[in-house]
Amino acid sequence: MRRAQKENLIRGFFCLFALLSIFFLSGIVIVLFKEGLPIFEVAPLGEFLFGKFWYPTYEPPDFGILPLLLGSLWVTLGALIIAVPLGVASAIYIAEAASPKIKEFIKPVIELLAGIPSVVYGFFGMVVVAPLVAKIFNLPVGLNAFTASMLLGIMAIPTITSISEDAISAVPESFKEASYALGANKWETTAKVILPAAAGGISTAIILGMARVIGETITVLMVAGGAAVIPHSFFEPVRTMTATIAAEMGETVAGSAHFHALFAIAIVLFVITLSFNIIADLLTQRFRRRLG
Amino acid sequence: MKRIILQGLLMLFIFGLATQGICAESKRLVIQGSTTVLPIAQKAAEVFMQKRPEVDISVRGGGSGTGIAALIDGICDIADSSRPMKKKEIIKAKEKGVNPEPRVVAMDGIAVIVHPSNPVDGLTLTQLKGIYTGKISNWAELGGRNQKIVVASRDVASGTYECFSKLALKKERVRPDALLQASNAAVASTIKRTKGAIGYVGLGYLSSEVKALIINGVVPSVETVLKGTYPISRPLFMYTNGKPKGLAKDFINFVLSEEGQRIVKEQGFVSLK
Repeated sequence: MRRAQKENLIRGFFCLFALLSIFFLSGIVIVLFKEGLPIFEVAPLGEFLFGKFWYPTYEPPDFGILPLLLGSLWVTLGALIIAVPLGVASAIYIAEAASPKIKEFIKPVIELLAGIPSVVYGFFGMVVVAPLVAKIFNLPVGLNAFTASMLLGIMAIPTITSISEDAISAVPESFKEASYALGANKWETTAKVILPAAAGGISTAIILGMARVIGETITVLMVAGGAAVIPHSFFEPVRTMTATIAAEMGETVAGSAHFHALFAIAIVLFVITLSFNIIADLLTQRFRRRLG
Repeated sequence: MKRIILQGLLMLFIFGLATQGICAESKRLVIQGSTTVLPIAQKAAEVFMQKRPEVDISVRGGGSGTGIAALIDGICDIADSSRPMKKKEIIKAKEKGVNPEPRVVAMDGIAVIVHPSNPVDGLTLTQLKGIYTGKISNWAELGGRNQKIVVASRDVASGTYECFSKLALKKERVRPDALLQASNAAVASTIKRTKGAIGYVGLGYLSSEVKALIINGVVPSVETVLKGTYPISRPLFMYTNGKPKGLAKDFINFVLSEEGQRIVKEQGFVSLK
């Protein structure tokens, strides 16, 4: 075989592997829509998205996912309230204030948080956090949106911190030097020059953290309580879309309305995370342009 | 290059045909029906096929009604069912010359559990239904402490839920704010840690860490379930056309054997022995 031929062969080989992931993605999307769309013949889109009751196995069934949708949004919001200040503050500290020695210690530790399997978080939440929450707030049960938010918030910290830190570190040195030259101190420089310059990257970090939280399944299934009601407070049990799919898919009859409804929930989730990713991408591009 | 690929494909094709031929010759058994019985049938089929590799068993869910319909149409050899056949189904079967024979393979019994510190020892089925549908929401109404009742339920697709909903709730809707738990073990774990909680689990999941309630004056136990006096219990059937014979007979005998009944127990049901 000639050298050029060999090169072509190798290139083709790697191209095939690169295309493979596109192939898988489109396969998943096609199956998702093929299995999910038939539910809208039984329950119209409006009824499906805004129906207040989820009773998929009763006669007649109710396929309203509003409680599940709101459950997911509440838990995500709660997690962000915890993860954004902690994650961004850690990123600022690591990028701007920490000595190299401390930085070398803290960074891997935070990234280690991402390496803990979510079922471990769930178990920890169920056995340790939930009883504690019930005791402290004098609640009948500790499995609720608050407990779930807390755990998911901790799980989102590594994503937010590491991407934010990259964004902060990417702010050109000249910006800082210009600020110092004008007589600003370190805090003023960080707050008024570096953070605004890194805002795009930090927003990207937050949105990717959100995508991580809203897609999280096993932890919320274990600690959020799972009541399919429209939440009124953080201290009530809630059920998310992911938990519903995980709990009910295993034993439902393939091809039934319930089965299609679960796939339709997956479509809703897919659309939400896809839009998060698109927004994050747009923000990153804008951010690059501003710095360039 | 192209020729090699073509040759390869051709060989795969021939190989595929050959193996299919072998499969068609081997013994096949089709089991269909109740999702409650599904885990028993599935596990038993796995073990059975390990012992007799020439046998090919396909186990499908679909619900008791689907299984019985398939048996009447001659599509399956064994129909799993969590209820006795209805009169209409029997008439339909007779019309088609099918003579369904039931075999009870296991008992399904569900215990209602509370935190061990709860002073309430027993409930009537009406009270239980009241709790789960939302009419009763404080233990004080049942002679217990003044404490909100935390209702724990299973995911609606599970067999345990189906049985409980049918026998205890008469198919009325569970209150929407009930906690959803994805397994018997998760329910037991929640009840163990929550003072005001009530939940239900398969009889196999009872332990000293939770308190099983007396229902309508009957203590849930293997004995009362086998006697049929405990109200939240039911037999699980495998139906065949006529007396089971051949492979179907071997399989049902395996399920009824000591090893088969151990599988029944492992899956959280009450074994017949």
